[in-house]
Amino acid sequence: MNSRQFAKIAKRVGFWALIAVIMVYAVFPFYYAVITSVKPSSDLFRVELWPSTWNLDNYAQIFSQSSFVRAIFNSIIVAFSVVFIALLLGITASYALGRVRFRGRSTVLLVILGVSMFPQVAVLSGLFEVIRALNLYNNPAGLILSYTIFTLPFTVWVLTTFMKQLPMELEEAAIMDGATPWVTITKVFLPLMWPAMATTGLLAFIAAWNEFLFALTFTLTDTQRTVPVAIALLSGGSAYELPWGPIMAASVVVTVPLVILVIIFQRRIVSGLTAGAVKG
Amino acid sequence: MSSSSHHSHQNAPLGARSATPARRQRGTKVRRQRVKAAWLFLAPMLIALTLVAGWPLLRTFFLSFTDASLSDLGAANLIGFENYLVYDNGRWFGVLADPVWWQSVWNTVYFSVVSVSLEVVFGVIVALILNAEFKGRVIVRAAVLIPWAIPTIVSAQMWAWMLNDQFGIINHLLMVVGIIDNPIAWTASATYSMWAVIMVDVWKTIPFVALLVLAALQMLPKDCYEAAEVDGIHPVRVFFKVTLPLITPALMVAVIFRLLDALRVFDVIYVLTSNSTSTMSMSVYARQQLVEFQDVGYGSAASTLLFLIIALATVAYLYIGRKQIQLGGD
Repeated sequence: MNSRQFAKIAKRVGFWALIAVIMVYAVFPFYYAVITSVKPSSDLFRVELWPSTWNLDNYAQIFSQSSFVRAIFNSIIVAFSVVFIALLLGITASYALGRVRFRGRSTVLLVILGVSMFPQVAVLSGLFEVIRALNLYNNPAGLILSYTIFTLPFTVWVLTTFMKQLPMELEEAAIMDGATPWVTITKVFLPLMWPAMATTGLLAFIAAWNEFLFALTFTLTDTQRTVPVAIALLSGGSAYELPWGPIMAASVVVTVPLVILVIIFQRRIVSGLTAGAVKG
Repeated sequence: MSSSSHHSHQNAPLGARSATPARRQRGTKVRRQRVKAAWLFLAPMLIALTLVAGWPLLRTFFLSFTDASLSDLGAANLIGFENYLVYDNGRWFGVLADPVWWQSVWNTVYFSVVSVSLEVVFGVIVALILNAEFKGRVIVRAAVLIPWAIPTIVSAQMWAWMLNDQFGIINHLLMVVGIIDNPIAWTASATYSMWAVIMVDVWKTIPFVALLVLAALQMLPKDCYEAAEVDGIHPVRVFFKVTLPLITPALMVAVIFRLLDALRVFDVIYVLTSNSTSTMSMSVYARQQLVEFQDVGYGSAASTLLFLIIALATVAYLYIGRKQIQLGGD
């Protein structure tokens, strides 16, 4: 074997080793959470890469807590409502921003970009007041309202970039036929926008599902919480005896739907993320 | 980005078509109708954003000049700049005189700079790997996306468990390998807790940076690489001379997105180390004052300062990178 061949083989081995490292780094924490969640509590504190004995006690325990089941239910309601509202307001706004030239358009875009950079904590006290005034404190509806602050700007931004890419001719034909803007949106653009809406909807869903700060601040009782807060507040008697088994089981339960979504829709998610940032 | 130039550009084809005065009139009528519809369509979004962003932000500014408390927001008195800085009985009070606030500012800046730098370096490496053609690339890309999709709370808990001082796998492995003799209290010690936080954040956000860089890499022209290969230039040299300059715009976008995100960090720090001052970020500080100490005025002052810092960073970035972000450009 000459040195050139050797170098080539070494390069291939190095390349695959790097891929292996990346794979392990990305997946291992989740894998470790899964194996921790199926360990019986007596085995919990033995470090091992494969559980020697396993059962589903931790899952049985978290699902027997009505507050956790309730939190999952709340999370589902909140995430779906947020997606629906963001898409509804986003598609009309993106038509205006992507297809019509008017004075003040760049100002509106700048405002949207500005809102998406808001630190959530900067509106915390003001939003708290609004939510209380609307009588939505300690109510998932208050979360649905407050989540529009981060899902709406993003949705509008991405949908606008997609809207812009559609050919002019489509709309010109509709205008020539005398179609009103509303008819143009619903009959011409909506059918073409489904892929973009699926992408942004997916990203909005993940953002709403994962949100923590507002959910922690605007809800008070166990029955009104969403899953991230429920998991963060799962605790034992003291900081030193956290119930790691149930915490990991709950973590796996809320993460599995997301992991499945990511694996199925990875292409869409990638295109949505990059459209939001690169084109921005 | 003057909107008037867009106007004429956009109208050119329509104007050319409207040969007769009657048709031209119809054209402007359609235009006016479209602009009216545009504002009508924007209205719901603008109202929603005013309700959840604009108005609350103004109220936060206002509340920062009052002594409002969480239990009774209505009974607030204006107290001027007392929440920010006041000299009383020979001592300074207010957020700006609070060493814990300055500690949290330092923590946030340190966290942001270190974690974003690490994310950029590792993100570029992962992107370069994913840009190569190999069997199973789709699987690797899906795997890399997983940390991004996992809720921050969950990743913080997962890492808290792996970093557990007595039973955590990380201490176990480090001791087996012989790097450390005694277990490290990752999340509790003042020395290591910031590194634990950075570790989790880096793990979670490498995918985001990697995907943005990957998108930029895939748009690069193939021919200059072929030319470089023919000339026998070393790949590392090609990366620094050709690839890096070409992906810099995308990298800058990723950096600004990540920096703005990191400056407002809350979840990961709150869950991993709760209110410990050695890792407390500005957001954690503000929320603690607002909610736990019920001092809405003081907390709002801290929130306002955080907002100003982030706004300043954004303006500075827009000023420096004006050419890269072209709003409304086609």
